[in-house]
Amino acid sequence: MGSEKIRILVAKPGLDGHDRGAKVVARALRDAGFEVIYTGLHQTPEMIVESAVQEDVDIIGISILSGAHMTVFPEVLKLLKKKKAGHIKVFGGGIIPRDDVKKLKAMGVLEIFLSGTNTDSIVEFGKKKIAGK
Amino acid sequence: MSEGGKKKWEAQCLKPHLAKAAARRKRFSTISDLEIPALVCEEDLGPYSYDQKLNYPGQYPFTRGVYPSMYRGRLWTMRQFSGFGTAKDTNKRYHYLLAQGTTGLSVAFHLPTIYGRDSDHPLSRGEVGVCGVAVDTLKDMETIFKGIPLDKVTTSMTINGPAAVLLAMYIAVAEKQGVSKKQIGGTIQNDILKEYIAQKSWIFPPEPSLRLIVDTFEYCSNEVPRWNPISISGYHIREAGSTAIQELAFTLRDGMEYVKAGIERGLEVDKFAPRLSFFFNAHNDFFEEIAKYRAARRIWAKVMKERFGAKNPESMRLRFHTQTAGCSLTAAQPYINVARVTVQALAAVMGGTQSLHTNSLDETYALPTEEAATIALRTQQIIAEESGVANTIDPLGGSYFVEWLTDKLEAEAWKYIETIDKMGGMIEAIKYGYPQREIADAAYRYQKQLDREEKITVGVNKYVSGESAEIPLLRIDPNVEREQVRSLNRLRKERDNRVVKKCLSRLESAASGKDNLVPYVLEAVKVYASVGEICDTLRAVFGEYEEVAGF
Repeated sequence: MGSEKIRILVAKPGLDGHDRGAKVVARALRDAGFEVIYTGLHQTPEMIVESAVQEDVDIIGISILSGAHMTVFPEVLKLLKKKKAGHIKVFGGGIIPRDDVKKLKAMGVLEIFLSGTNTDSIVEFGKKKIAGK
Repeated sequence: MSEGGKKKWEAQCLKPHLAKAAARRKRFSTISDLEIPALVCEEDLGPYSYDQKLNYPGQYPFTRGVYPSMYRGRLWTMRQFSGFGTAKDTNKRYHYLLAQGTTGLSVAFHLPTIYGRDSDHPLSRGEVGVCGVAVDTLKDMETIFKGIPLDKVTTSMTINGPAAVLLAMYIAVAEKQGVSKKQIGGTIQNDILKEYIAQKSWIFPPEPSLRLIVDTFEYCSNEVPRWNPISISGYHIREAGSTAIQELAFTLRDGMEYVKAGIERGLEVDKFAPRLSFFFNAHNDFFEEIAKYRAARRIWAKVMKERFGAKNPESMRLRFHTQTAGCSLTAAQPYINVARVTVQALAAVMGGTQSLHTNSLDETYALPTEEAATIALRTQQIIAEESGVANTIDPLGGSYFVEWLTDKLEAEAWKYIETIDKMGGMIEAIKYGYPQREIADAAYRYQKQLDREEKITVGVNKYVSGESAEIPLLRIDPNVEREQVRSLNRLRKERDNRVVKKCLSRLESAASGKDNLVPYVLEAVKVYASVGEICDTLRAVFGEYEEVAGF
């Protein structure tokens, strides 16, 4: 990893207020040396993309447990393209059925980490996937 | 009893044994990381007064149970939390659950309702009917309870910011059935403090939220005597990652804040306190949970008597609902979640819960299928009918270990309670971020223990077995959102909008004053004002709460 720190935006879209996972992941990534910005709750896809662009992050991590993932992820990907910010990658986690995980990855979401994931593997993912930047 | 008997055993018997065969670990601790001794004996309890520490079921301090006969008189209520899609979908599931033996209903609303918004609000996009039932107006509530006699069935509603609105709707539905509000029974969660701390489904800032909550205490104590206007909750605090001790302490300290608010309003404590109810988590560590419930009863009884001067024993009696821990379930090997839920449910029963929800095996993926919800219910029924634990009251009372652990949790919880007292109370503590930070720290600590395999989750960091079998999942029809919005628009055209406007205007004036708001809300729901319209009216007066994001 170069001297430039990898910047990650951890986002909580929609009305879902379950932030335990997002906070634990944010902290694990920060402790591992990444620059982490946490959006807080109740973000719209527009707000998430706006923050990602403004903060000039390398990757957005979306945490969603309410079941609205098939609306939110595609919307964020669409907006990133629209804002010519397609270089910003997207990953996520939460309560997502495996069929949907496949669909999301086919759309361009890099990885989905379901409950029970070891935070070391999320850190590894962060290092590997952005190293090729 | 021999003098220093245990020390002698440790030196002469245990130590040489361990020299030949070491213990599995250096340190044994609960899931909350509370250290547990190898053995507890009578001598470890110190001077012990049965009457003061335990007494009898139904008698102060209620350690052994809140009722004299407990489950010999009446089993706990099997109250399965449920709700999804449209009101019609949910009504169908409620009829099914009642036919399968649930003895009480429990409503799960979708996120827009939880946040006091209608299904057609921009922020509701993608969220309609997806994690609970869509309720926009009284019409939806009428459909949910179609064919369900509200004089025979009690209902708990998991709703906080807009709790008064849903309570009003329930009263209105009952009245249409010819059931008076004096007859209906149930609960609204209505616990805003734990929203700021953990569940995060607030609308208004603390002061107006507390005003609304005390309004419901006052209204219910006069008009709806069988209703529990609050379910002071630890479940969500625990789900957010707290330890058992934090769950216990923060919940009871929240309760104390509500009692204080009621008294400050001028309500007589013995008039509203008997209907305060509680809601705890049932997590993995069997004995820690049982000790937690027993300590909760003892602490609350003391607090009500000594701090708040209650005279009626019913004011000192902590009644609670329990839900098995959602956060303990795994996406990997989902069928084994049934075993987890069984252990957790058993702890709740042996801890004396009044009401219980058992989670379904598929809830790490989606809302429960009918089959999974049935297995969850059967789990309770097996405990009730086959295990024998309901044959006697507080069967673990007198266990050296359980009494030691009960005392320990009580003592540790008091430390937190006193810390929050010194901060000036729970509202101050929340402003300072204290409980939120404690919970986030505990959650992180636990995750690191899992990462290092100091704590085990079967199927996840031990006994991993590759790709899990595909299980059937509940899918919410994507047309639900379109249909719900269409239905709402149609209703808005059909109702008398002049009357709606008048009621909302009266509500707005009342909100700016000191009147009890429940009658105004009731008036508005009866003319089919929507959840969003009523809450927006209150938002205009009360403002909205904003959290400072941190991790």
